[in-house]
Amino acid sequence: MIQPPNDKSDQAIIRFADVHKRFGSLVVLDGLSLAIPADRTTVIIGPSGTGKSVLLKHIVGLLQPDQGNVYFHQQRINELSERQLEPIRKRIGFLFQMGALFDSMSVGENIAFPLRYQGLNSERDIQQIIGEKLAVVGLSGSEKKMPGDLSGGQKKRVALARAIAMDPEVVLYDEPTTGLDPIRADVINELILKLKEELKVTGIVVTHDMASAFKVADQIVMLLNGKIIAQGTPEQIKTMENEDLRHFIEGRANAEDLKALHRL
Amino acid sequence: MTPADPPPNRSSILMPLEFLGNICVSFVLTLGDFVRFFMAILAGTLRGMDRFGLHEMFSQMFDLGTLSIPVVMLTGFFIGAVLVIEAYPQFHALGLASRLGSVTVLSVVKQIGPVLTGVMLAGRVGGAMTAELGTMCVTEQIEALRSMAAEPVRTLAVPRVLACVVMTPILTIFSDILGIFGGWLIAVHVQGINNDQFWHYARVGVDIYTINTGLIKALFFGLAIGAIACYKGFRCGNGAQGVGRACTEAFVTSFIVILILNLVLALLLTNIYVMFWPNQSPIL
Ligand SMILES: Nc1ncnc2c1ncn2[C@@H]1O[C@H](COP(=O)(O)OP(=O)(O)OP(=O)(O)O)[C@@H](O)[C@H]1O
Ligand SMILES: [Mg+2]
Repeated sequence: MIQPPNDKSDQAIIRFADVHKRFGSLVVLDGLSLAIPADRTTVIIGPSGTGKSVLLKHIVGLLQPDQGNVYFHQQRINELSERQLEPIRKRIGFLFQMGALFDSMSVGENIAFPLRYQGLNSERDIQQIIGEKLAVVGLSGSEKKMPGDLSGGQKKRVALARAIAMDPEVVLYDEPTTGLDPIRADVINELILKLKEELKVTGIVVTHDMASAFKVADQIVMLLNGKIIAQGTPEQIKTMENEDLRHFIEGRANAEDLKALHRL
Repeated sequence: MTPADPPPNRSSILMPLEFLGNICVSFVLTLGDFVRFFMAILAGTLRGMDRFGLHEMFSQMFDLGTLSIPVVMLTGFFIGAVLVIEAYPQFHALGLASRLGSVTVLSVVKQIGPVLTGVMLAGRVGGAMTAELGTMCVTEQIEALRSMAAEPVRTLAVPRVLACVVMTPILTIFSDILGIFGGWLIAVHVQGINNDQFWHYARVGVDIYTINTGLIKALFFGLAIGAIACYKGFRCGNGAQGVGRACTEAFVTSFIVILILNLVLALLLTNIYVMFWPNQSPIL
């Protein structure tokens, strides 16, 4: 196997090396390189539509780069077949932006799904894990409900419970706090911290919620136009002098963004 | 400029040609993609279904099969009845009215039963199954399955295609029975044909091979309907509009494929019949 040249990557559990991805003529990732350290939480921020979700999907092989490579534990995972990806996917939990709960299954069955796929057969163990994970996201007792009967925030939390059901080594959180009230959002922040501290979970959090970003991050990465324009610890990011970054974290629109408004 | 951009000063004669070319290219690409998808379904079938897949298959058999029985029976009955009403005058003029039994049963068993069932099911499956899978695709549920190391083709498509393959012949039998009943009702109780004669000619005209012809057709129709509906659902475009379009396309494509398969299978199965029983006319 070809060893990646960079020896800093020894601690990197996931690595993007010069990844390019486009959909038709739309360039989404444009030569992106990024190392995700193990047992840490990396927060990815960036404007809507820059490709944050697309980036996450590369990590589990849902999307393949047009050019460049993605590594998981030094193993190149792009170009693996679906079958070869299975063992990797079983080690990664994915919270989808829209939840992606299975409509035809109850909440309990949704959470049980990855467990059954892992080969867990004892119905007692499965029920116990479902109960535990639902309690963690504050939805105890909703095993029997159908996803269609839940609110947006509740769906998100069930999806989170499903993503962490099999105690994965890596969890990809796509906007975990979007659509939640501030208190519930903070509970989720605490959950992300707790998973990292107690279970050594490597987290990748995509978020627009800067309070959450600063709270959970060990490393913050800002994505813009398919490239990383800033990267550092929360403290470094807070003081960094990049204009796009400053606008973004302070939530200030610049003159360019407001031009359309003036035409009203 | 990328090579795909059209040259600026191109003769207008080439326009329709280019249009036609584009259609052909996209047709071939789609067909290739479909064949790959179909192969994946076959491979998935050979590897068997897990518990989740079995559950899906039975629930689909119920939703698309069992719940379709009334409507399939209803249409079968009416078409069978109308067939006799409209065929009667000609047969009566030829003095062959008593032979209506053969005609009814043959047409129903070989043609009307399977084709009618296929078309009904194509509508229902195109509406329900494609919509469900399309919605799952649009809401990232299919990607979620993949991210959990499940194979969507094996967990979603294989059970649905198998459900269609099993249920179409079964529904065809229901349609056949009611079609014959409808024909019999009109022939014997309205047109006054002798009951014994009706059944005598019905038996003469139809043997096991004929019945199987209809059921084999139904089997292939089911396979086509299921595979096309799943394919369209899996390749669904974005949004509610994409789902709607996928449903329509699934129905129209299944419909056309049923007509083509019907022709091909009719030719094939009739020729096989003639090959094995050369002295018997396969028609009457
Ligand atoms: N499967 C796909 N096919 C075509 N285009 C896609 C696909 N997935 C994403 N895109 C496009 O890629 C771009 C980036 O999408 P992505 O979902 O990654 O944005 P994002 O950064 O997650 O935005 P948001 O913060 O709004 O979720 C968008 O313009 C989107 O339209
Ligand atoms: Mg996103």
